[in-house]
Amino acid sequence: MLDNLLVLVQAPVLNIQLLLDGVLIGSIFAMAAYGLALVWGVMNVKNLAQGDFVIMGGYVAYVFTELDIHPIYALPVAFVGMFGFGWLCYVVIIRRVIGKDLFTSLLATFGLAILLQQAMNLVFGSDVQAAESGFDTRFLFGGMVSVAEIKFVALVLAAVLSACVVVFMKRSRMGQAIRATAQDARAARVLGINTDRVYAFTFSLNAAICGAAGVLIAMIWVIQPFFGMVYSVRSFVIVTVAGLGNLGGVIVTALGLGAAEQFSAFIFGAEYQVASVVLMLVAVLIWRQIQQARKRQVVE
Amino acid sequence: MRKSIKIVLRALIGIGALSLMVAGAAQARVDGDTIILGSAISLTGKYSTNGIHAKNGYELTVKKINEAGGVKVGGKSYKIKIVYYDDESTPARGAQLAERLIKQDGVKFMLGPYSSGLTKAVAPVTEKYKIPMVEAEGASRSLFTQGYKYLFAVLSTSEQYLSSSIALAAEIAKKNGRKPQDLKVAMAFENDPFSLDVRAGVADDISKYGMKIVIDDKLPRDLSDMSATLTKVRALKPDLLVISGHSKGAATAARQIKEMKINVPMIAITHCESAKVIDKFGPSVNGFLCPTQWSETLSYRDNFFGTAAAYDKLFKATYSNYKNVPYQSAQASAAVMVWIDAFERADSFDTEKLRDALADTNMQTFYGGIKFSEAGNNTAKPMVLRQIQDGKFNVVAPSKWASHPVEWPRKPQ
Repeated sequence: MLDNLLVLVQAPVLNIQLLLDGVLIGSIFAMAAYGLALVWGVMNVKNLAQGDFVIMGGYVAYVFTELDIHPIYALPVAFVGMFGFGWLCYVVIIRRVIGKDLFTSLLATFGLAILLQQAMNLVFGSDVQAAESGFDTRFLFGGMVSVAEIKFVALVLAAVLSACVVVFMKRSRMGQAIRATAQDARAARVLGINTDRVYAFTFSLNAAICGAAGVLIAMIWVIQPFFGMVYSVRSFVIVTVAGLGNLGGVIVTALGLGAAEQFSAFIFGAEYQVASVVLMLVAVLIWRQIQQARKRQVVE
Repeated sequence: MRKSIKIVLRALIGIGALSLMVAGAAQARVDGDTIILGSAISLTGKYSTNGIHAKNGYELTVKKINEAGGVKVGGKSYKIKIVYYDDESTPARGAQLAERLIKQDGVKFMLGPYSSGLTKAVAPVTEKYKIPMVEAEGASRSLFTQGYKYLFAVLSTSEQYLSSSIALAAEIAKKNGRKPQDLKVAMAFENDPFSLDVRAGVADDISKYGMKIVIDDKLPRDLSDMSATLTKVRALKPDLLVISGHSKGAATAARQIKEMKINVPMIAITHCESAKVIDKFGPSVNGFLCPTQWSETLSYRDNFFGTAAAYDKLFKATYSNYKNVPYQSAQASAAVMVWIDAFERADSFDTEKLRDALADTNMQTFYGGIKFSEAGNNTAKPMVLRQIQDGKFNVVAPSKWASHPVEWPRKPQ
């Protein structure tokens, strides 16, 4: 471990590589996490099928490569397609569990997750797949730092998508309706907002964002029907740390998570990558507990 | 109904059911003139692709022997039939189904499931009921340290997977005037039982040569990203990079090595074929060394399928969508051949006699030599190392079976 730290000190340019990789990875996690934060904040549904929506988007990209179309064009198709799929899921499953207790909603989305995994396994088989983007790699700092162009493209696309979503939420009527419903669903209904529609839209938007993230993931890494769990878990970690309403917080947390994973993998070894992230989560929760205990004391 | 009549009725039904089960069981293992073998195999779930490869391998041997008239036992010819249950790639289910095959269906001759994990779950069941099992898809060394007497494996065990790459590295070092102990090795293994077994074998060989391990990363099972490990590789410049993480590890490594233009003179990765790295990544994977249990270019032969190449041709003719015959199928076919050979030598259906006959197996097949140690693993067949040269797999080690010289050092593609 100390040897690895020494390497980082002796060759500071490696820090840049790790930071860059971490930020690029984190930007994709940010997308999935934001979708989860939306669904959780507006509908109080904790979507355990989040990662599987991501993988579905990835398979859209894979299908495009099989058809000899460049997978980047799969991005809008996956977005729209997953939007429709999300609407279907909402109407068939999620509508019935809103307002029910925690266990019911978790069970419903968990069941959905299993269904999606097995369906994808039946259709595509259990081999890992990737969608080749054909993009090159850029080298900075005399060849010591490599940035895959596709990762950079993914960062830009993630940023654009997030910006679009933010503008949408602030400016459009549906966005206002969503925010109103999130604040107080009953009041929103009293004011004439069709909360059912809002929920459907939110859930579909989440699925669409996940699908888009999935396309990027298929181009950068690999997908497999049972890999969804990774993205579900990391989304939950990010949303827990960042809090629900806070897009800025989600992005910063996600980027920080990506960077932290890279550094801990380098210093401590790849096997501690996940452990260090979870440890940080625990540390944050403990810190929050202490802060709130102090607040409580002040009030008393 | 009166209470006493109810009780009598229930008792009669119970006895009737029991007798049906017992009668059924006695007949099931040999049904008229058909010998029934049983297998719990992954037809669905995350191992389904390889489970189906294995099933096709089993079925090819069955088809061939039945076409040739069947197995001769006690002067009579018997056809073979295999009963399959889908273990859904879940060890608990596999164990349940093995129990069902043995207890309810009365199967006395078992074939193994796909993967070490599932074989580890099924082996205690077959051992408990003293039913011999010949398995072809569980390579973990730990299967053979439990003292099982009824488990026989035709494939080479996990610790041999990458050991020939270490030996090759040492050989090349000596040829270039370097001492093997000066070599630096970087290891990246997925944190699962099989890959860690492979790692144990590599670590043993490394210490035998006195080489230095500069990176020893255990990759988490979930995230498919090794850029931090590869950044370390770039910084520390090892002479040999060894990676094992099932097909996910191979695909991720191939992609990220290409992306980050990692330049290591020798790179050895397992599961290149199942990850389809040549199809997916093209010329960038040239130079990778990939161990394999079997290759159709090897000069093994037998009197049943002929040469390895002849088996390859027959398999492709029988099953239409195979561009390359995976070794998972070849070893499955060999497992059924082992059973046939045991039936003919034991000349009986008694499970104890068959177990002893299996233990005495000493045969040459298109898949390689098969001879079981005391523990049940095959000691007569080496793992073979192939290198991707110009988009094709060529056998480069061990030298007895090599068809091409190894290309070294590997230039970044």
